Amino acid sequence: MSANAATIDVGGRLRGHARQLVAWRDSGIVVAFVVLFVVLSVSSDVFLTKTNLLHILDQQSGILIMAAAGTLVLIAGGFDLAIGATFALSGVVAAKLAVDISPWLALTAGMGTGLAVGLANGLLTTVGRVNSLIGTLATGFIIRGLAPIVTAGAIITVSGASAPDFQTLGNGHLLGVKYTIWVMAAFVGAMWLVLSRTTLGRYIYAAGANPEAARLAGVRVAAVRTGTFVLSGLAAGLAGVMAASTVATGQPGAGAGIEFTVIAGIVVGGTSIMGGQGAVWRSVLGVLFIALIDNGFTLLGLDPIYQRMAQGAIILLAVSIDAWGRDSR
Amino acid sequence: MGDPRTHLHVRRLSKRFGVIRAVTDVDLEVRRGSIHAIVGENGAGKSTLGKIVAGAVRPSAGEVRVDGRPLLARSPRDALRLGIGTISQEFALMPTRTVVDNVFLGTERARAGIVRRGELRARFEALRSRLGFALDADALVEGLSVPDCQKVEIMRALARDASLIVMDEPTAGLSAHDTERFVEVVKELAEAGTTVVFISHYLAEVLALADVVTVMRDGRVVRTAPTSEETPDSLITAMLGRPLDTAFPPRTPPRPDAPVRLSVRGLTRAGAFEGVSLSVRAGEIVGLAGLVGCGRSEIARAICGADQPDAGEIEIDGCRVDPHCPRDAIRHGLVMLPESRKEDGLMLGRSIVENVTLPHLASLARLTLIRRSAEERTARESMDRIGVDASDLRRHADTLSGGNQQKLLFARWLMEPPRVLIADEPTRGIDVGAKHAIYELILALAERGMGVVMISSELEEVVALCHRVLVVRDGRIAQEIGGADASVDGVLRTAFSVRVPAEATAA
Repeated sequence: MSANAATIDVGGRLRGHARQLVAWRDSGIVVAFVVLFVVLSVSSDVFLTKTNLLHILDQQSGILIMAAAGTLVLIAGGFDLAIGATFALSGVVAAKLAVDISPWLALTAGMGTGLAVGLANGLLTTVGRVNSLIGTLATGFIIRGLAPIVTAGAIITVSGASAPDFQTLGNGHLLGVKYTIWVMAAFVGAMWLVLSRTTLGRYIYAAGANPEAARLAGVRVAAVRTGTFVLSGLAAGLAGVMAASTVATGQPGAGAGIEFTVIAGIVVGGTSIMGGQGAVWRSVLGVLFIALIDNGFTLLGLDPIYQRMAQGAIILLAVSIDAWGRDSR
Repeated sequence: MGDPRTHLHVRRLSKRFGVIRAVTDVDLEVRRGSIHAIVGENGAGKSTLGKIVAGAVRPSAGEVRVDGRPLLARSPRDALRLGIGTISQEFALMPTRTVVDNVFLGTERARAGIVRRGELRARFEALRSRLGFALDADALVEGLSVPDCQKVEIMRALARDASLIVMDEPTAGLSAHDTERFVEVVKELAEAGTTVVFISHYLAEVLALADVVTVMRDGRVVRTAPTSEETPDSLITAMLGRPLDTAFPPRTPPRPDAPVRLSVRGLTRAGAFEGVSLSVRAGEIVGLAGLVGCGRSEIARAICGADQPDAGEIEIDGCRVDPHCPRDAIRHGLVMLPESRKEDGLMLGRSIVENVTLPHLASLARLTLIRRSAEERTARESMDRIGVDASDLRRHADTLSGGNQQKLLFARWLMEPPRVLIADEPTRGIDVGAKHAIYELILALAERGMGVVMISSELEEVVALCHRVLVVRDGRIAQEIGGADASVDGVLRTAFSVRVPAEATAA
């Protein structure tokens, strides 16, 4: 992050019609989401059914969990590209322990793995002063390499006595809604609460908005940033365990490239990649917006060739609005 | 549009930012080769006007004519091609490049795409000796102090051989010596036919330098008149719309039995300052004066934990503290208003209320959940005490004028009044009205028993406000002058004296 350039010439930039653009960014995702939702409701019979909507939420639950925590990382001025690999490692650790020892210990250990990875990433990028984009890219490679070592190169299938318990998290229902959705809602709600209502949330915004000013105002910027990575790692661990539980297998190759889907969702929602601005609810809308496009392509029978292109175009639009909002005169 | 002597002609110019009218119906005629000053309070629209002329901001209505032709500058680059250069208040420098690279950015002469470094170096040396600036050509800009960045910005504008230069607060942060030299160069430029639009808070400078002065208030032109017809008082009255008591408010001496609030002994940071000892009593205002770059800001930063000293002891109310980080210092009741508000003080893109309450969140929260109504209430109370307009606490800090931004920082640190306040350049870039308010504020704080350390380049204010003045030279405290005996002259003499023992320090 070119913090120097930003601090030297941050001046009176966010002014005037730039402000209007920012206002557009503020409401843009809401408008876009509502429009897409209405269009899909009208053009497809299947879209607006409980089954389809719950299916989307279930499919996206892991992404939403990681995006909620990732929002905190981005706002505090960091990037976490290691979440895809952490997702996989947590899944295989959980599957392995479920087979070897006990399913409940397995779920806990899987999340613990994510938490530990997050702590390592946080310390590396704050105390170790490694740029978080590059640092987590590198640790992502390392962790991705660890996963097949845990499984001895194979896919671990959880079967036998421990299987029913292990699969409960990913397949059980409460009041007609899958556990994964309840867990996602609880985690996302917790992240929203932390960011928008707590002192830690304010410190996260401050660390991203102006780290030196935050430090001089008594904010422990390094600790705050490390905290966001811990939460992000925990989120990846939880999502990885949920995925492993759903399919009752631990796959070292799981979640390849999922970090980009997560960051895309966060950015499309309107959280700034420069830090200091954003919100958890935005990332929820951003992730779901991309999911609705995918869902729409399937339901309307559109050529899936264009699906990726549409996603790319939308991400470009989102970051362009962020850039114009910052720098326009 | 006949008069060929008119270089720049602005007609019925308006600029709105959303609902805010920055500039309204401004007419301005600037003659070729003249120095045309624009003065006004912060937020009067001077800088916006300057930016429009320089092509950095597009007007909402009206037109700008240069040499009788409408200016269609869509970018600073366009403006530059039309011979319009800028010295901006907000530096637009590349931090990771050298001074030379920054000075000649965009004007490098190249042969087959290869920059001719030798020629650049020669041009740089010529420019530097003309200005008399001490500046290392190969230093990286990110390592430069604020005043040195200002010098780079000035040299860049001059390197571009513009026929019209817009200067927005060019001397803010320059030392007295550099300012003097710069003023001479501006005069030479004008004599050689360059037109200068000179935006400044320093009225003495304006009156000494400019041919014509335009006064702005609330986005409109109050009047334009030859400088010879104006005085500092007439300008201030026009800027404020009312006369102002320009005398410094009276200071009350600390009680003779007042306890020592802050005591520093033998503070040393290699390469910055050495063996600094000072003490501040309750109710006392101690000034740190000296040339820019003498180490006074570094001393302040070390005292409040922003930088780590190599040696020395710090006591607050008799207790040894030695802060390892700003957080430590704040917990002990020692706070600092930093030299640069925007870089080290404010979160410009966050709301006013968040900026005010940031260091006090712990006391405004229950189980880490922030009580938002209590937060707004205390922030508003603190701002009311300081006298900042707090109508909308959710506005971003960057919507405030420079003076109000500074008051916002005062409001932040006075929400829970500290025991010791260190104010580094608290009045830099602030208009006269706001300055006076800040003087009164500092005096009132001292009267209530706070110990205050004040750093300022404006010696008049140091001399008038401080009970004692410590003159810093080459990272050491060269002399202590009692408030009654302090004079601008005396401080300057000590600050400039180059290690001539005995007489210089005794004088």
